[in-house]
Amino acid sequence: MEVEAHLQLAETPSFAIVGLADRACQEAKERVRSGIKSAELDWPKHRVVVNLAPAGLKKEGSGFDLPIALTILAASAQIPARALARHAVFGELALDGRLRPVGGVLAVAEGAKRLGYESILCPAESSVEASLAGIDAIPLRHLVEAVAFLRGDSVPPPYVPQNGHKPLPDAPDLADVRGQERARRALELAAAGRHNLLLAGPPGIGKTMLARRLPGILPKLAGDEALEVTRIHSVAGVLRTHGHLIETPPFRAPHHSASTAAIVGGGPGPRPGEASLAHLGVLLLDEFPEFPRPVLEALRQPLEDGAITIARVSGHAVFPARFQLVATMNLCPCGGRADPGAECSCSAQQLARFRAKLSQALLDRFDLVVTVPRPRAPELAAAPGEPSSEVRCRVERARAGLQDGPPQRTPEANALLDRAVERLPLSGRGRARVTRVAATVAALAGAETVGADHLAEALSFRASRDFAT
Amino acid sequence: MSEIALAAFAAETGSHLIWEPASAAFSRFSGSFDARSYARSLEEQGLRFVARSSGGYPELLRAIHDPPPGLFVRGGGADDLLHRTTVAIVGARASSSYGTHVARMLGRELAAAGLVVVSGMARGIDGEAHRGALEAGGPTVAVLGCGVDRDYPAAHAALARAIAETGLIVSEYAPGVEPAPWRFPARNRIIAGLAQATVVVEARERSGALITADLALDEGREVFAVPGEITSALSAGTNALLRLGATPVTSAADLLERFGLTPPAPIDPSADLDPTSLRVYEVLREAPATVDELVSSTGLDAADLGPALTMLDLAGLVTEGEGLYRGVRPPG
Repeated sequence: MEVEAHLQLAETPSFAIVGLADRACQEAKERVRSGIKSAELDWPKHRVVVNLAPAGLKKEGSGFDLPIALTILAASAQIPARALARHAVFGELALDGRLRPVGGVLAVAEGAKRLGYESILCPAESSVEASLAGIDAIPLRHLVEAVAFLRGDSVPPPYVPQNGHKPLPDAPDLADVRGQERARRALELAAAGRHNLLLAGPPGIGKTMLARRLPGILPKLAGDEALEVTRIHSVAGVLRTHGHLIETPPFRAPHHSASTAAIVGGGPGPRPGEASLAHLGVLLLDEFPEFPRPVLEALRQPLEDGAITIARVSGHAVFPARFQLVATMNLCPCGGRADPGAECSCSAQQLARFRAKLSQALLDRFDLVVTVPRPRAPELAAAPGEPSSEVRCRVERARAGLQDGPPQRTPEANALLDRAVERLPLSGRGRARVTRVAATVAALAGAETVGADHLAEALSFRASRDFAT
Repeated sequence: MSEIALAAFAAETGSHLIWEPASAAFSRFSGSFDARSYARSLEEQGLRFVARSSGGYPELLRAIHDPPPGLFVRGGGADDLLHRTTVAIVGARASSSYGTHVARMLGRELAAAGLVVVSGMARGIDGEAHRGALEAGGPTVAVLGCGVDRDYPAAHAALARAIAETGLIVSEYAPGVEPAPWRFPARNRIIAGLAQATVVVEARERSGALITADLALDEGREVFAVPGEITSALSAGTNALLRLGATPVTSAADLLERFGLTPPAPIDPSADLDPTSLRVYEVLREAPATVDELVSSTGLDAADLGPALTMLDLAGLVTEGEGLYRGVRPPG
């Protein structure tokens, strides 16, 4: 993106910004004028025209304030234009000339690096994040500092975060979960094979608690992955790591009242939604059947392709969204089913409607389906479970094993698969799903090939008849 | 062939008729009714009509006090299915996993012993009883509260096709008649009427299945009930039947014994099972259990139980519902 300014002698001074600037961008006029005056610099008594090029592309946000201000200063010869041309610039101006951080710095810095810039001028608070792109970030607090730097008078002091960098709290630990052996096993398989998981059962038995413990057993994000996730969070303005890389897989749990746009992304200048924020991490849909049908259907594309395409008149945006879907649900609308302590009062019609909402096409996206029964007293008194750190070690080993492509099936495993296809209602997609899970089971066991035992365990995680209408 | 005219007239006027009405409307209708072309159009739809006056009409049904004028019949099963020893299995539509499991098991074991299972093809218990019978390769009879050309409920369309392949779908209503709430109690009297005995698997206090049981009692047929937990509302109806003197069903053998049949000797399941699966099966034969309970009672971990439960499922020795696994008597 290039910012150009033209100053023209005129009877009445004026200021115009052209180049498809949105409202926040148009308002930059006032901020830039006040900022320049507050910095005790001269506002040119000319007709000022600023062009944001390429003119056909929509610009939005307040990040253009600093570039516009500096371009005008360069055009009015208050700073050397040649010095300015060497740097990428990004940042919002306060009325008193201070600089404010803006979301999406990482993406801008990466773009600048691609274009061959070696440094970027940006607000001090954003400099840590910008430097993740491998570019020299010049931390600026005030417009005056930028001017002094470009005139070659002084180099701004390095940025020291005032409150220090507080690490995010750790994900909750699996050691807190007593009993629930089958659900724990399913979580481990889901983590190792990046499988989508559906947890069903009566309310209050810890389905959500279990699901929240999945990120804690996922391997840390590798370099490129961490950068990709950080970029998305930065663009969406929800980066909470004070400019540091996000290294733990993200965990997003939107409420079921969320709109389709909030989940898959949208808006006039499309913004990433929860599904993209969960990229390379976990998207938890608590009370899955309560989500409106359009939301659930909209998730089918990212579940298939790992990306979301949002089409707009002015073009389309593609957001990465390779998330792992974890969903929880009750077994009936009143929640009483499978709960020995409660009585289900749902009528046959209510039950049929509830189940019909989970279309087969949607159920087919879950590799692992577990019905979590209410634990009885002895289990709650059981010793604490295995801690997440130990499970994560096994998951990391299994991931490494799965990297070289899916292992071969033994003849016994193939025979069992044929028998299962014959005996059980197993669709083509269901068959593919079972073989994928079987490969994960084998990898967790450290086996070279997928044996009948591995396949048999995978089969035990398919959706039971409870979910059939 | 006046019964077919009566059935067609009832369908035309949306009424429920057992005997010919002495109305002018009916005389006009039957005067212009072309029985032969009606029978031909039935035939074209793959259906047939068994009139009350014909020899093909089941004797047991004829004996009730309001026998339908005839039965519309669909399916590849022989008409003499209606004359064989028949047991009705009925119950709640919103059934629990226990009821579902028992209905399927009874359907399977009664059919395997050569009895004809009759039910209403509704959701829940009815559907499971039919499925159990089909699993055992036995023909089964579904009685509908609408025309036999309608697959009702729609979710059971595939089940209806499976039933029609070897068994029969029957109704007193002419093809094209839509289901209506008041037709179901009338349908229940046919279920009870066709069967020597009626088994209620699971029923709430005021369930349609209890109507079937009452109708069976009225006609002097035997009524069996499956005991349930006394705290479960879904078993309140069946437990009340037991208190009133219905015969409890604790296994399919209880019923078979009543018909002088001996249950086939169970196959030894240990033949093609690995030791782990066998151990799990022994535990589940005692009482149903969740995976967690199996972990504590067998000492196996969840990763070992998964394969074992699949192998038992494939062998037909275990069923799962709502996270609870139940052992099944080995199929005979």
